[in-house]
Amino acid sequence: MSIAATQKRGFGAVLWDYLTTVDHKKIAHLYLFGGGFFFILGGLEAMIIRIQLIKPENDFVSAGLYNEILTMHGTTMIFLAAMPLLLGLMNAAMPLQIGARDVAFPFLNSLGFWLFLFGGLILNCSWLLGGAPDAGWTSYAPLSTTSPGHGVDFYVLGLQISGAGTLIGGINFLVTIINMRAPGMTYMRMPLFSWTTFITSILILFAFPALTIGLFLLMFDRLFGSAFFDVGLGGNSIIWEHLFWIFGHPEVYILILPAFGLFSDIFSTFAKKRLFGYTAMVFATILIAFLGFMVWAHHMFTVGLGPVANSIFAIATMAIAVPTGIKIFNWLATLWGGSITINSAMLWALGFIPTFTIGGMTGVMVASVVADYQYHDTYFVVAHFHYVIVGGTVFGILAGLHYWWPKLFGRILNEKLGKIAFWIFFTGFHLTFFIQHFLGLMGMPRRYWVFLEDQGLDTGNLISTIGAFLMAIGVIIFFYNVVYTAVKGEKAPDDPWDGRTLEWATASPPAHYNFKQTPLVRGLDALWVEKTEGKGKMTPAEPLGDIHMPNGSILPFMMSFGLFIAGFGFIYQVNYTWAYIPLFVGMGILLGSMLIRSLKDDHGYHITKEELEREAD
Amino acid sequence: MSHDHSLNPETMPHEPEKATLEGKNKFLGFWFFLGGETVLFACLFGTYLALKESTAGGPTTNDLFGLELVFIMTILLLTSSLTSVYAMYHMKNNNFKKMQLWLGITAVLGFAFLGCELYEFNHYIHEYGFTFRSSAFGSAFYTLVGFHGGHVTFGLLWLLALMIRNAKRGLNLYNAPKYYVFSLYWHFIDVVWVFIFTVVYLMGKVG
Repeated sequence: MSIAATQKRGFGAVLWDYLTTVDHKKIAHLYLFGGGFFFILGGLEAMIIRIQLIKPENDFVSAGLYNEILTMHGTTMIFLAAMPLLLGLMNAAMPLQIGARDVAFPFLNSLGFWLFLFGGLILNCSWLLGGAPDAGWTSYAPLSTTSPGHGVDFYVLGLQISGAGTLIGGINFLVTIINMRAPGMTYMRMPLFSWTTFITSILILFAFPALTIGLFLLMFDRLFGSAFFDVGLGGNSIIWEHLFWIFGHPEVYILILPAFGLFSDIFSTFAKKRLFGYTAMVFATILIAFLGFMVWAHHMFTVGLGPVANSIFAIATMAIAVPTGIKIFNWLATLWGGSITINSAMLWALGFIPTFTIGGMTGVMVASVVADYQYHDTYFVVAHFHYVIVGGTVFGILAGLHYWWPKLFGRILNEKLGKIAFWIFFTGFHLTFFIQHFLGLMGMPRRYWVFLEDQGLDTGNLISTIGAFLMAIGVIIFFYNVVYTAVKGEKAPDDPWDGRTLEWATASPPAHYNFKQTPLVRGLDALWVEKTEGKGKMTPAEPLGDIHMPNGSILPFMMSFGLFIAGFGFIYQVNYTWAYIPLFVGMGILLGSMLIRSLKDDHGYHITKEELEREAD
Repeated sequence: MSHDHSLNPETMPHEPEKATLEGKNKFLGFWFFLGGETVLFACLFGTYLALKESTAGGPTTNDLFGLELVFIMTILLLTSSLTSVYAMYHMKNNNFKKMQLWLGITAVLGFAFLGCELYEFNHYIHEYGFTFRSSAFGSAFYTLVGFHGGHVTFGLLWLLALMIRNAKRGLNLYNAPKYYVFSLYWHFIDVVWVFIFTVVYLMGKVG
């Protein structure tokens, strides 16, 4: 890629740099490339699903393979594409937005990334080693505990490892925001994206342990003969559903809240207005997160928890529409009367509002218990969650990429290609998923391999598949844009969008220490405050002095690699005794690396004042 | 380098664990980690409560548990928490030798607890044939109590690594947060045990 500083060095040096980096901006690059890679994989799986469903009783793929593909599509898109891409954007923008030099735990930041990557690799190794997981991304017991082969074991180990990485990332962001804000950057002056990163991290912290335990129980049942979900020995498979959704529902807010935050920043930047209702936006975010923890059972209305439980969860679910509505109206009010620039980032943001609102409306529909008995497990639900996750999270990621690309890579993504990609993807998206609401209402169940002819489902499915191809073309144009920009994109100035927040007050891309002098924040939209007062740049909060920086380290890579090897040991110790070798070797690498980290002092290093003065401005 | 001096000041500040930004970050980050751990154990407790009657014809909580051993284990672990408080008290007074001594006592108590737990598990397996695989209750019991035992084991290894690594060089602002964070972890383990004692053993005997 076009990182000016790396161009002069050999490939080996660049590779080593990225393997050992603890710089949040480089880790952001890694997250974006890792997430982008898995996004392509998940997209290919989606295309195979749509090709299989292009006509009645198609036999493009076999029934078993179809189950594997739909499971891997969901799992990959949620855990290996959407989450890391968001974590990448958080890493890229949040420390800059709060005026910090790095995150609180740079070493852990790197560890989080490598755990995610190796977890994703384990999961996808299943394709080459006898078949992928095939129990759906939700892996309900007893379907998952009785699924033959090792597919589901790869699901368990892969998600366990990458989930640990996400949890580490969440704690890191929380501490960064609490302890490392620049002078004057009070909580109520933080840009909305930093706020949503903060709240999302709280959700990660309290939601992921439930998944960890769920996965442990599933792992013990499948690999070590325990009986948590084995009804014959008194087990109870509903426990999995509870644990999964206690994690799983906050997870959907983990996916959407960062997108809400970056849309807020984008709207106020390109409407040239202060965000309307900033305080209300902050509290709506907190309220959504709070309510998000007490609605998990709305995924389980048809389990039979009883009318009282169902009613409580239904009402709590509908209540979430209130803070979300506050947000939608505040975005519209921000645009109202603004001096609006429409570019690619803004197009994705504008496309998000109607799309997400439709998804939110169907969300209130499925929250109604009686009606949900009809919607449950049909394409109506598939349409609903694609409207919120694609229309919210994916649109958000693409908007964020266009918005922060100059800051990340020092070049501006091509506007023309960006707009073409948007319109094709946007059209394709609605073509694919709008019709699925009606397919669902007509009774087409989700996850079915084939459907019969002349049931009124033929045309709808054909249209849906055509839409999917348009989405694929849109994505290809976006990736072409990335390559095109890397080769001949225009160099970005420090502040290409006439920005309002601190990330635009530093170079594009920023020096590895972010700010030569920590800026003094004097209000909401810190840079804009200085611009309106005619200064146009930040006042430093400190004299020029030595900067303390963390050392790079290969240990995060080694720890994750150890877990990767141990993962195979855990999976195959069921069949072969030799599998204890990778198990113990892998755990040895992990624990040994942890011990080295603990015993070896790492004081970091200082960039001296003289070096800073020598650097050309 | 200048920071060598800053990590070994003439007089230790009042709270050496929070005197540097790195220390402050560790302190706060570890509290958040314990928040996550709380959810982790809450899920295990929930699972245990749902499955504790599911004995599949095997021994029940009332058949298995003996409160005498559990009482001794509780005393051992609660006392080890107290001794770690003494250690932190001496850390704040910059008395490294006494801190190491009290941490050593903490470690001994921790190992004694672990020994009792191994004896207990061994007893259940060989006297009652009650294993991880024998019923859903067995799975839930060994997973909950075993997760706690695993935390104790990890904590002891961590403590030994810390004590041996720093034995010769004494206290400074770089390792003070490490010691402090360990003591937080140790208290957390203790709190979890109080819940295990109540929910698993007392409720198993009485409830």
